[in-house]
Amino acid sequence: MALNNEALQQQLNNDLIVESTEGLERFDNEMLQLEKGAGTKDSFNIIFRVIHTIKGTAGCIGLGKIESVAHIGESLLSLLRDDKLKLTPPMIVALLEYSDALKEMIRCLEQTGQQGDKDYSALLKTLQQLQTGEPIVSAEVTPPPSPPVAANWGLFEDEPVAPVAEIAASVVAEIATSPSAPTVTIAAEIAASVENTAAGKTTVSVSETAIRVDVGQLDKLMNLVGELVLARNQILQFTGKATEPALLHASQRLNLITTELQESVMKTRMQPIENIWAKFPRIVRDVSRELGKKIQLVMEGNETELDRTIIEAIKDPLTHIIRNSMDHGIERPEVRVQAGKPEEGLLVLRAFHEGGQVIIEIMDDGGGINANRVKHKAVEKGLITAESAARMGDHEVFNLIFAPGFSTAEKVTNVSGRGVGMDVVKTNIEKIGGSVDILSEAGQGTTLKIKIPLTLAIIPALIVASGGERFAIPQVSLLELVRLNGEKARAGIEMLYGSPVYRLRGQLLPLIYLNRELKLAEPATPTADVQIVVLQADGRQFGAIVDDIHDTEEIVVKPLGKQLKGLACFAGATIMGDGQVALILDVLGLAQTSKVIAEVRARAMQDQIKNPERVAAKQTLLVFDTGKGNHMAIALSSVARLEEFSRAQVERSGGQDVVQYRGQILPLIQVSDYLKGSEMSLMAADPMQVVVYSEQGRSVGLVVGQINDIVEETLTVKRGLQRPGIAGSAVIQDKVTDLLDVPSIIRVADPDFYTCSQETQ
Amino acid sequence: MSQATKQFCTFFLNGLFFGVEVVQVQEVLRQQPMTRVPLAPATVRGLINLRGQIVTALDLRERLDLPTRTSDAPPMNVVVRTADGAVSLLVDEIGDVVEISEDIFERPPETLTGVARELVQGVYKMKERLLLILDTEKTVGLP
Repeated sequence: MALNNEALQQQLNNDLIVESTEGLERFDNEMLQLEKGAGTKDSFNIIFRVIHTIKGTAGCIGLGKIESVAHIGESLLSLLRDDKLKLTPPMIVALLEYSDALKEMIRCLEQTGQQGDKDYSALLKTLQQLQTGEPIVSAEVTPPPSPPVAANWGLFEDEPVAPVAEIAASVVAEIATSPSAPTVTIAAEIAASVENTAAGKTTVSVSETAIRVDVGQLDKLMNLVGELVLARNQILQFTGKATEPALLHASQRLNLITTELQESVMKTRMQPIENIWAKFPRIVRDVSRELGKKIQLVMEGNETELDRTIIEAIKDPLTHIIRNSMDHGIERPEVRVQAGKPEEGLLVLRAFHEGGQVIIEIMDDGGGINANRVKHKAVEKGLITAESAARMGDHEVFNLIFAPGFSTAEKVTNVSGRGVGMDVVKTNIEKIGGSVDILSEAGQGTTLKIKIPLTLAIIPALIVASGGERFAIPQVSLLELVRLNGEKARAGIEMLYGSPVYRLRGQLLPLIYLNRELKLAEPATPTADVQIVVLQADGRQFGAIVDDIHDTEEIVVKPLGKQLKGLACFAGATIMGDGQVALILDVLGLAQTSKVIAEVRARAMQDQIKNPERVAAKQTLLVFDTGKGNHMAIALSSVARLEEFSRAQVERSGGQDVVQYRGQILPLIQVSDYLKGSEMSLMAADPMQVVVYSEQGRSVGLVVGQINDIVEETLTVKRGLQRPGIAGSAVIQDKVTDLLDVPSIIRVADPDFYTCSQETQ
Repeated sequence: MSQATKQFCTFFLNGLFFGVEVVQVQEVLRQQPMTRVPLAPATVRGLINLRGQIVTALDLRERLDLPTRTSDAPPMNVVVRTADGAVSLLVDEIGDVVEISEDIFERPPETLTGVARELVQGVYKMKERLLLILDTEKTVGLP
């Protein structure tokens, strides 16, 4: 019976913890809005409701201390909400401290099951004085029980929060003896809160369609689906040979349903990245105050979703990077002003999906990384030799920041610069199959780019054979497959000081023999063909020669036991369709073990420098003619849609031809009218072919003769005759084609287009 | 009832008689198809698929510094539960499950040296032979 009560209490505590943690985050954010003057009347309502809920719940389940602490702030908040008091800066400080105090108690409750015995009487007294309008002694406001930053600073060192051996009773006594002034207010308060809940009912309907599910339950579901995927793969292998139509049909259905189920279950585990970002505004505020810097935080892509295991794993690294950017990246206001930058530093967090991965960028517009100072420091600390430092490119130098035991901060602050940090960040991110890259430009700022997989549980992988074993290579690290046969197989692989290389489209690709790296048997009969798997790790490419290449499969990643944790070459294991276990290669680890990466660093960097031009030159173009055999093209990326309008739809407005289009008025521009030397417009064509061109939220319709094709071409622009409206000419599909300079035509046809669009921005 | 007893799953290794407490044993299996792990420590013989769970198989002879097996008979898997999940111990032959009274237990003699000193928790002096009890957590934790 006692056990049951205990379990029930635990359950109730957990609910309170979840609810309050979310609530207090909201509290902080609303408070910050109010501080900026951007808060609304609603802000107070939200804040009040958060505290009211905590107080109520805590009271119900017998957590007296939390209840009583919450109560004091609540009284102040109710006065603020009802406009009986004006919010002053000391109040903001005190209320944020108050939120910290509550968080601390909640955390304590989570860790120990107790409310903690810390004394908050000074804070409570301040709150009470603020409430009665008494002048407060500033000394009482400033010393926080423990700096909130230090308390949160748990990534690398576990600093136990210093236990203040004060008795909880004193707090309670304090409250009891306190002038519980307006009993009337309390009554009003209750009335107000009843109102609030009544009003809340209609809007909170979302919560009625959602339920809280234990994460363990979801993990279990995920594991089961993983098993199902394996079983499905096995079945498909058998039915591949079967001829029975009914069986084939059934296995087909099984296949579809399993895939769908897998996706759905995966979705249940997805959480918006907002869940971890929510606490950053507060951190940024606190840390920037502490550092005496002005920093504006911009967050983009809050709704980007990630698997919860990944969310958990990147929480601490992200926090650390942000602290680092604020501390080392963004300069002090006076330095910024000197450098001609706005006083307020900018810190941008951006998250988005790209190619099955999630990219998180942390950008600051600070001083950038001083490559020479980094080199100097690294040599000084014995991380690299002076010679290798001299040979290093900037990009490589920046990556030294991730080396263990590195910190360039001239002075160690409370915030960062303890020399343990970025290496842990990197390891933590790589542990979940992600990568970190750093880009920096002196004086312009630094960008950290984190790439992480969407989910860890099920990934697509290529199965290869080497030395009589099968291995799975995660698709994310795979670039392409190269097969050399006949003469090429013998001559294709060249030796460079004993290291095999292959010329891949004119670039040298360093190679490894997978079986040799893994100390496996050589193939008994050397195959005639050479199979190269081109892989990418850490932004660099290398090729692995394997004996055979099988299929691509969805594999369920299973961790290796601790006996095998030391093996950098393997990321895990999986069970194949035939029930056998296969190891999953860790491409980065493999590259490092085989030392293939260090040698190619410089070359890969050259590639990075060269490539953008090559890529940029290849464009997708929309080819059309203006009516008189005049071939024109514009970049497809600037085309919003292709439309047909009948003549009858055209109306006149402000001296322009316009049509009504999707509830908007679309101005029409007859392209041929604006090209020197072309024939008069073909007013006869009906319906008209219109290319809808959009820029900055505004659109125009370009009336053309005929739309011919969409082509992907590597453009070599030949600067022929300089004519208005033509950006240049190129040969596309064996025809000389003019590239239409749309902005210049629009400028002539509709001078307001660009000015207006700026205004609307 | 007066005597406290414990049950042990027993097996043979190089003629020695070993035991692991029954509660720690998940199951005993015949030889399983195994995937070897390149570059792994010699003790790790490979990975087996235990109904969808991937289990590392350790060569117990190797772990205990005993001579390599020469017999043709395939090894048996004793799958033990550990803090880190299931691990399979490869042994020569499986013995019975025995119930032994605690009072014939003795700490390993001082003369026991090497890795055995570290891994053998103690000895039960049974009538016909000595039963060596393995500390499974230590055994599966490779040095």
